[in-house]
Amino acid sequence: MTSITRRYSFSASHRLHSAELSSAENTRLFGKCNNPFGHGHDYVLEVTVAGDPDVVSGLIVPISWLDELVADKILRPFRNRYINLDVAQFANLVPTTENVTQVAADLLGRDWREYIGEGMARLEKVRIEETGRNSCEIYV
Amino acid sequence: MVITRKAEFSASHVCRIDSLSDAENHELFGEEAHPNGHGHNYTLEVSVEGELDPVTGMVMNLKELKDILEEEIVEPMDHRFLNREVPPFDKVVPTTANLAKEIWRRLENRLVGSGKALVRVRVHETPELYVDVTP
Repeated sequence: MTSITRRYSFSASHRLHSAELSSAENTRLFGKCNNPFGHGHDYVLEVTVAGDPDVVSGLIVPISWLDELVADKILRPFRNRYINLDVAQFANLVPTTENVTQVAADLLGRDWREYIGEGMARLEKVRIEETGRNSCEIYV
Repeated sequence: MVITRKAEFSASHVCRIDSLSDAENHELFGEEAHPNGHGHNYTLEVSVEGELDPVTGMVMNLKELKDILEEEIVEPMDHRFLNREVPPFDKVVPTTANLAKEIWRRLENRLVGSGKALVRVRVHETPELYVDVTP
């Protein structure tokens, strides 16, 4: 089996806070990430596409098609934004790395066919590094 | 138990299909299609699975693996123009995916009968792009 993985980066701020929890519980769960005004990260996004290379082109997927999908659905909406306030999906969702990864996977999956077509290339994995020390990955 | 060994080589290539127009090549391969080629510092990670030898404490002698990587990959590909100098890339487009598959094929041949199994070949074309081949 072959897969290709492309690595992107975007910088954004967020705050981990749940309106359903008390102030003390928010602090206990989220620690510094609960600080009221938010804080930022340089996120790294890795998108893995699985499939056989096309016999003529040798490509699993043309990289420009993948770049365009990722730019439209993830990089432009998230880059240099405050995720809690600027990205609609997080109006009522805590932007933990887990939730950001899940939302990214959903956004890429939803418009996959429009950008990548009906071929054999399929979204296999989405991985997000919040810092060099934590990351979350979802096998789609 | 799995061990992974890295190797590096620098090579040039061009990804284009002669029967297609410039515009079509650009659509498929982007700037990789510029006709005179361009280069990358490729990084290769090879993962081999086997039983841990209780005497040597090794899955596979890393010197032996290093020598295989040198003979099969680095020596033939380092500082070469893949399309011109490294078969089958005179006939097959040297995309990262095809390069990774060719590396898998060469290494698998060398491990036949050794009791070790190739479990992953990862080829980084740039720090932002890699291809994995698995069984």
